[in-house]
Amino acid sequence: MKLTLHIWRQKNASSPGKMVRYETDANEHMSFLEMLDVLNEGLIAKGEEPVAFDHDCREGICGSCGFVINGVAHGPLPSTTVCQLHMRHFKDGDELYLEPWRAAAFPVIKDLVVDRSAFDRIIAAGGYISVSTGSAVDANALPVRKKDSDMAMDAAQCIGCGACVAACPNASASLFLSAKMSHLGLLPQGQPERMERALNMVAAANEGLFGSCTNIGECEAVCPKGIRLEFIARMNRDFLKAAWTFRQERVESD
Amino acid sequence: MKLDARIPSGPIEKKWEKCRFDMKLVNPANKRKFSVIVVGTGLAGGSAAATMGELGYNVKAFCFQDSPRRAHSIAAQGGINAAKNYQNDGDSIYRLFYDTVKGGDFRAREANVYRLAEISVNIIDQCVAQGVPFAREYGGLLANRSFGGAQVSRTFYARGQTGQQLLLGCYQALERQVQAGRVTMYARHEMLELIVIGGKARGIVTRNLVTGKIESHIADAVVLATGGYGNVFYLSTNAKGSNTTAIWRAHRKGALFANPCFTQIHPTCIPVSGDYQSKLTLMSESLRNDGRIWVPVQKGDKRKPSQIPEGERDYYLERRYPSFGNLVPRDVASRAAKGACDEGRGVGETGLGVYLDFGDAIRRLGKGVVAERYGNLFEMYERITGEDPYTVPMRIFPAIHYTMGGLWVDYRLMSTIPGLFVIGEANFSDHGANRLGASALMQGLADGYFVLPYTIGDYLANTKLDMVDASHAEARQAEADANGQVKKLLGIGGKRTVDSFHREMGKMMWDECGMSRNAKGLEKAIGRIAELEQEFWKNVTVTGAGEELNQSLEKAGRLADFFELAQLMCRDAKERNESCGGHFREEFQTPEGEAMRNDDDYCYAAAWEYKGPGKKHELHREALSFEYVHLAQRSYK
Amino acid sequence: MSAAATALTGKSAERFRFWDSPIGKKAVMAATGFILFGFVTGHMLGNLQIYLGPEKLDAYAEFLQQTKGLLWGARITLLICVALHVTAAIQLALLQKKARPQAYVKKTSAGSSYASRTMYWSGPILLAFIVFHLLHFTTGQAHPDFQHGAVYRNVVTGFQSAPASLFYIVAMLLLGAHLYHGIWSMFQSVGINHPKYTPVFKKLAALMAAVLVGGNVSIPVAVMTGLIR
Repeated sequence: MKLTLHIWRQKNASSPGKMVRYETDANEHMSFLEMLDVLNEGLIAKGEEPVAFDHDCREGICGSCGFVINGVAHGPLPSTTVCQLHMRHFKDGDELYLEPWRAAAFPVIKDLVVDRSAFDRIIAAGGYISVSTGSAVDANALPVRKKDSDMAMDAAQCIGCGACVAACPNASASLFLSAKMSHLGLLPQGQPERMERALNMVAAANEGLFGSCTNIGECEAVCPKGIRLEFIARMNRDFLKAAWTFRQERVESD
Repeated sequence: MKLDARIPSGPIEKKWEKCRFDMKLVNPANKRKFSVIVVGTGLAGGSAAATMGELGYNVKAFCFQDSPRRAHSIAAQGGINAAKNYQNDGDSIYRLFYDTVKGGDFRAREANVYRLAEISVNIIDQCVAQGVPFAREYGGLLANRSFGGAQVSRTFYARGQTGQQLLLGCYQALERQVQAGRVTMYARHEMLELIVIGGKARGIVTRNLVTGKIESHIADAVVLATGGYGNVFYLSTNAKGSNTTAIWRAHRKGALFANPCFTQIHPTCIPVSGDYQSKLTLMSESLRNDGRIWVPVQKGDKRKPSQIPEGERDYYLERRYPSFGNLVPRDVASRAAKGACDEGRGVGETGLGVYLDFGDAIRRLGKGVVAERYGNLFEMYERITGEDPYTVPMRIFPAIHYTMGGLWVDYRLMSTIPGLFVIGEANFSDHGANRLGASALMQGLADGYFVLPYTIGDYLANTKLDMVDASHAEARQAEADANGQVKKLLGIGGKRTVDSFHREMGKMMWDECGMSRNAKGLEKAIGRIAELEQEFWKNVTVTGAGEELNQSLEKAGRLADFFELAQLMCRDAKERNESCGGHFREEFQTPEGEAMRNDDDYCYAAAWEYKGPGKKHELHREALSFEYVHLAQRSYK
Repeated sequence: MSAAATALTGKSAERFRFWDSPIGKKAVMAATGFILFGFVTGHMLGNLQIYLGPEKLDAYAEFLQQTKGLLWGARITLLICVALHVTAAIQLALLQKKARPQAYVKKTSAGSSYASRTMYWSGPILLAFIVFHLLHFTTGQAHPDFQHGAVYRNVVTGFQSAPASLFYIVAMLLLGAHLYHGIWSMFQSVGINHPKYTPVFKKLAALMAAVLVGGNVSIPVAVMTGLIR
């Protein structure tokens, strides 16, 4: 099949970018990234710079890849990252617009590659259970309701790709934040730090220049792992409770 | 060079305890005076960096991905073994140890494997405490599943995303230390050289993949946790970025490389569909719990699977290995699939595939149960192939998946360069010639959480370390070497792309040094790869500049090291005149076509020493002794 | 001391209070939205008395005017609600501008309602409508022939102007859209979302929005078609 691609080309963070038009051939068994590989091989052969895009596992789990195809993060197929999106879902003569995630929190590094380190900072702010190596009790000492454990797993599946932010008209990171908070907050092990976690992670998201959630639901629609808006409600609940009940901790000397 | 594995004396159950007691401790106040570099942030590197941070060391952690959470451990699907015996089915530390030594076809170090089995139980505790949402029973306790190569249910899992959940647990622990200021994280940094000063590993040279800046980082010890080198085959289940550069550069600086030819072929991958194929996708081996593998009895049977009656199907694993059936170890299952295809009974357009059929399982358990167990794998399969595995049997074919070989380390995970520790898949130690399913996660976390943080303390406490900084001549030289390589690659200005070289070499490796090997083919491959390498240095084209994000340059640098490694792998495979585990030499097989080991001559780990550019590697042997699990022909019949 | 404690006792907690967070603002919008929704519902029920004839409606208006406490209590509450609702909305809209400085060349919706994406538009238009509505029927400046106390008459004469009626109808449709998203959204904002109940909320939201639009739009339509004169 023949495709016309319009791809965002941007040399680096400080130069302006623009859409550039390419014609390429593809076959239906290729993944979207393999289609770009073929385009890139052609560009290199012509001495032109290949299109830079993040990718690694190409199995839809590492969360490296992702860009916007015709206005939809990760492209038209639901619950699918671009690396798992196959060309059989497109047809001959299609015209595709490829753009990087666009958000102040995710500055473009080059072409379709963006800097998502803001997500790491959010996790660092509290997206964990404080348990140092060696201090754990026996794994079966604390039973967990299967229902809770399953729901925690639903939330924990987040791959941190950033599609939720890219798709959100507000560029909010709520789906990402809430997935981690729900994962840990649903488990008994996550209870002791639940309130602090909510406050700290939301604060980190604000510092990271993410926008606000206005319950639109674009994030849920593009999430490759099916993370649900329900988790955002959980986060809201935790945060509101934490914000009302929060007391300044006494700073203990170390 | 004399290889001293430093295995503690005494009975195997007491070795690790004794070792820990014998080790010198670093006073908590002194820990903050030591700095450690960790390269790679997968299960091994991430857990090591987090744990050392918790202990108080100054840790610098590096990864080439944009975040430590993306390391390829994340793609592990099936599970993690632990000798918890929660199922009361007769499991024990000793049985896990036994299964792993046997599964590794008697080419692993007994003491290491025992320690691994011993620690396995702590790993599960630690991960559960971190909030890893392992599958649970209705009573709220942890669930288990069985896995290839074992007759007990000892595998803990989190749907089909166990690696992801374990990695996120250790990533979160790591980020907690980043926040606490104990770990400094350098994402999008690639290690290009090891800095050795006064015979000790003292730092690394990295390239910032965004700015292209090449700089030195100095520390008191260096830990490599950079994973395996399966991408030497171009097509593998590894992530596209996985590479050998870190360990290969360390190897060139004096770390011996052990058993490079021991690669694992995973039996349940999605078959190749075309030349543009960039990687292979694995589906968890756990599928073999309920799926039945078969090919048509007739050669060249092109009927649809549904039209082939039961009597004309050959469930060859169940037929040949009645006691393990579809759950034979990976090497056995892979080779059997290749055998069936070589006989002309392969299925699919290319004839390179066998059926993995869930028809019986769906009839027995119902679609709902099958969907609950394997739903996400089925979805993935359908996404890639466009076929629905609930109605049409899956097609699978083996693919390169894991490399058991790696840098040689002693019992304390230190390489032959003092101060250079190697953990996880990057070392060679625990899996012998074949790794059992659900053991890679176990090893990565055992090394990172529970072994290295102790043993590195002993090294730091016992070693006199001079004050050095990045202006040291050795550091400058290493930096200059890295810079030189980048300039050289950018300056060739040839005609062929990096990927076209890589594909060609990968194909050669798969054909001659893949699932089965022979001396003639290996000899041929060595020659052809050397030629290709020469052409690469004359005719490769790398676009762009060094001082920017340049993915062609990254790939070129990695391929340059793969070329050298590939030749060593073939050489190692040729040298080992026996079949064992993943290493199958056609000349050495039983009349029934099973692998024939030669314990009299090859019961050793082959550790190769780099002697300089263009010079032949020198082979050193670490003899392996089996005092507890007695040498025996593996049988899964 | 844990890292979490470090972060909390540091600048974040000092600076980061309820209102500073978008979640806090959204909760305020939900609470004020709920009150405004309640008012709109009551207001519509009152308005529908127009179908019972001038005496009933004017007597109802008279009753409201007499109970000063209720009247001013409601007015002040509503004013505060509108002020908070609007302030939060403006701040969130500004945050949105900051969070996405560069727009997509091509953007397609993947699964959200038109109503949800247009809250930033329907809101300000509704605010303008409220101002017009007050000038039209409460204070009379925007009314061609306003008489204090003659509510029924004012409504009929007011809606005999086609542009005014049209503006009412359009505004009510926007109100419907605003509420269609707003009613279920306020549950979400305060943390209520359940796979069993949320779909019901969403249906109820649609129903309530439809009833409100229908009830309110019926009045100008009735006037225009001469049903009420």
